[in-house]
Amino acid sequence: MNYSIVVHGQSRSFPEGDPFRAAAVPDAAVQVHLGTARDEVPDSEGVDCSLIELDLECLGVRTGEAAGAEGDRRIGFARWQVGEREPSGLVELVVQPASNPAALEAARTVFTEAGFSVAVCRDFSGRILDRLLRPYFNDALRGLDEGLASAADLDKTVRLGLGYPEGPIALLQRLGLVRHHEVCRSLFEAYGAPAYAPARRAVVAAERRQ
Amino acid sequence: MSTGIRTIGVAGCGTMGAGIAIVAARAGFDTVMYDLATENLERASTQIGGFFEQSVRRGKLTEEAADSAQKAMVPTSDLADLAACDIVIEAVFEDLSVKQELFHALDLVCPSRTIFATNTSTLSVTEIASGCERPDRVVGLHFCLPAQLMKLIEVTPGVLTAEDVLVAAWDLCLELGQDPVRTSDTPGFVLNYIVVPLNNDAIRLVEAGVAEPAEIDTALKQGMGYSMGPCELLDLIGLDTQIRLCEAFHAVTNDPRHAAPPLLRRMVAAGHLGRKTGRGFYTYERDAMFGG
Repeated sequence: MNYSIVVHGQSRSFPEGDPFRAAAVPDAAVQVHLGTARDEVPDSEGVDCSLIELDLECLGVRTGEAAGAEGDRRIGFARWQVGEREPSGLVELVVQPASNPAALEAARTVFTEAGFSVAVCRDFSGRILDRLLRPYFNDALRGLDEGLASAADLDKTVRLGLGYPEGPIALLQRLGLVRHHEVCRSLFEAYGAPAYAPARRAVVAAERRQ
Repeated sequence: MSTGIRTIGVAGCGTMGAGIAIVAARAGFDTVMYDLATENLERASTQIGGFFEQSVRRGKLTEEAADSAQKAMVPTSDLADLAACDIVIEAVFEDLSVKQELFHALDLVCPSRTIFATNTSTLSVTEIASGCERPDRVVGLHFCLPAQLMKLIEVTPGVLTAEDVLVAAWDLCLELGQDPVRTSDTPGFVLNYIVVPLNNDAIRLVEAGVAEPAEIDTALKQGMGYSMGPCELLDLIGLDTQIRLCEAFHAVTNDPRHAAPPLLRRMVAAGHLGRKTGRGFYTYERDAMFGG
């Protein structure tokens, strides 16, 4: 399925040079809005589906909301990544209560044809993966601080016991404690739950970055 | 590296106990399998026989090795038969008083040199040890399900565990061909400390309507390279088991993330326990998996 790209700023999901950008064509019926600038994207006539890249914000920030009746041909998306590098092959699609099913189908098709896996969720802060993984990373970081086990043993337990390809400590060290801190702060602000409060090691990393 | 351990007792022959017994016998140890209920012993013996048969068929073990391992296993419902063991690993019900009573009874049977190991996944090793006369010879050895396949063992000293006992337990894990990690005696050690709240968080996402189970599992598998998503894992371990873990864990920590989510309780009340009942977050027919 053909798609065009509209650039609103720097894209985390598909930075310049990404093959997904190169495969775009002009004036397609599906428009992919890239960039983390929080501009409102209109539900334009003549466009079957507007795909709006999200960072930490909800889709409603970019579309407006209507007391639970919001949703049209605008679908949110974000390509998952733990930190600041190595975006994954997973795109989270974000729908609202009244999202257009044909637009969602078009969104699925665009990304799956481009070689991505897709997971659909409703418009909640943190979507699926940040909601699940940030508390898990925080647990691991706190466990390390509290002497639950060494970093190596924490990681080994998770790899051998759960079959995860990499343990949480090594993963965060490699891909970005600072981004973890940024995401956690946003989730903590949204939900107020202690599980999202950034762990001490993430706070230290963020302060050192400053 | 020699622990001097030649005979291993396994107390409690449910799924976990049978798996531990396989690990011990397969590694060449004389293995005494104790369970009060003879039907548990019979079921475990049948399962163990089936496991070794399959191992031979798949070329994982020679017929001689499988025969020799099975001959090394002695089932008994008489606690006194554990007297000759150098270490007894308990895998009885996850209840503090049950484990304490067992170790108290073993005190009267086993010589003072015998190490008592607990396979608890959520309880305190120190508290379990406090129920017997040899708290310095009690250590945590938490095997992972299925024990006969999983290499990981969490090795946990209690407050009073003697250093030589910890070293012997660690070396035994290596002799068993397992991969030990050392953890502190805190609720859930590492594995359940990580996985119980993670699974509960996934259930709460389903409950809140954030995403369907299949979408959550896809996200974690494709986004993180996990072999299984949390909803698939919960169906595999059993939703009733997750409730039991939560109850044991939450009672100790009081952390709301460790409490069983209401959706989990509703599913269990409806008989949707996961794979074992053919329905959990997914529906299972003839072992095929369908979207929930």
